Amino acid sequence: MLNILTNNFGTLMSGLGYTLLSSLIALVFSLIVGTVFALMEISPAKWVRVIGKTYVEVIRNIPLLVITMGFYVIVPKYLLPVDGFTAGTIGLTIYTSAFIAETVRAGIESVAVGQMEGARSVGLSYAQAMRQIVFPQAIKIVIPPLGNQFINLVKNSSILAFVAGFDLMYQGKIIANATFNTFDTYLVVGLLYLVLTMPMSYLMRHLEKKWVTA
Amino acid sequence: MSMIEFHDVEKYYGKFHALKDINLTIDRGEVVTIIGPSGSGKSTLLRTINGLERITEGKLIVNDFDLAEKNTNMDKIRKNVGMVFQHFNLYANKTVIDNITLGPRLVLHRDRAEVEKEALELLDMVGLKDQAQKYPAALSGGQKQRVAIARSLAMKPRAILFDEPTSALDPEMIGDVLDVMQTIAKQGMTMVVVTHEMGFAKRVGDRIIFMADGQILEDATDVAGFFDHPKDPRAQEFISKIFNH
Repeated sequence: MLNILTNNFGTLMSGLGYTLLSSLIALVFSLIVGTVFALMEISPAKWVRVIGKTYVEVIRNIPLLVITMGFYVIVPKYLLPVDGFTAGTIGLTIYTSAFIAETVRAGIESVAVGQMEGARSVGLSYAQAMRQIVFPQAIKIVIPPLGNQFINLVKNSSILAFVAGFDLMYQGKIIANATFNTFDTYLVVGLLYLVLTMPMSYLMRHLEKKWVTA
Repeated sequence: MSMIEFHDVEKYYGKFHALKDINLTIDRGEVVTIIGPSGSGKSTLLRTINGLERITEGKLIVNDFDLAEKNTNMDKIRKNVGMVFQHFNLYANKTVIDNITLGPRLVLHRDRAEVEKEALELLDMVGLKDQAQKYPAALSGGQKQRVAIARSLAMKPRAILFDEPTSALDPEMIGDVLDVMQTIAKQGMTMVVVTHEMGFAKRVGDRIIFMADGQILEDATDVAGFFDHPKDPRAQEFISKIFNH
């Protein structure tokens, strides 16, 4: 097992790097896109709510692989050329954003109605009340489930292997095919995923303790 | 000069008829208490005055704005009409002082230092000057409600609506809150108070309104006379139930 790691160290580290890069990009953008759709889902305007709900329901009910293949196959054919890494990262972002939208929406809705009414009753606009009072409270509530989504995101980034995204899983597949040592290779790959996700788990727990109890 | 005018107001929740043919004029500086059994529409009536609930039919004029008009900016009404809630609704993520200064800063665009100075004066008035830096979670119910009243006053409103301000409080906390309300009433604030505190209604109120089943059944300026001889049979029943137990 050790020689799989030492013989292919450069390749594995390159894969780990692409996985990390893809995860970080998808994390930032899925948080932004997800929050926007969460706010749309609870908007006072009905047509905005309908758009938000439709997006979330469609995206979260399609397999990640199908969404990613869509960006890998359909987008280059009709729109513009994209490589595997880009297609995979976009697919991952879109897919995760639907789950983040649901998580953030639930957080906002769990903040007592009175908080919004209290803020509106002194003349704050809906947007001001949301930004100053409701949203900051919702974020604290949402940290633990959001942590789950981020860990899922890192693991789901293995989708890049299907679209030649040069990630950890992709490199693992190549090493396994070359060495015929499937067992050891995927064991190493699994451990390397843990190297990424375990610190995240700890970080989320730390934030949870620090913010949620504050 | 009238502050609030209801003209033939109806309010429905789906098929439920919550407010029936409400006609009511409240003058500036008047202190009106509204009593009645639960589910009688008291809170709904109060909440229509600052647009937290919209009326279905009729005309509702508050501070010269027509609330039934679609284009009326509710934020402008609320800037001038404060509200104190049964469950306080203080901002859980803000300190006491920030709870009070947020509205004046964001809505009235006033200078922070100036507003904080006024906020401390208000806190002094409600007896909570030393609590300015605490979060609401660290306060008792009675303290929270006095902060909520200070928050409302900081906007320098034309009127304040009170929705059962003492109903969620422990008995020993009620007096402090009622004292603050009495002080405000003496300063000439227009107040509409939904309450079960009959003592407050008698002592402080200029006028009492009895509601049942979505209707105003009695509207009396002789508050003591109302408690002695309510005219409406349902008011008689309500009063006798309260005082004979």
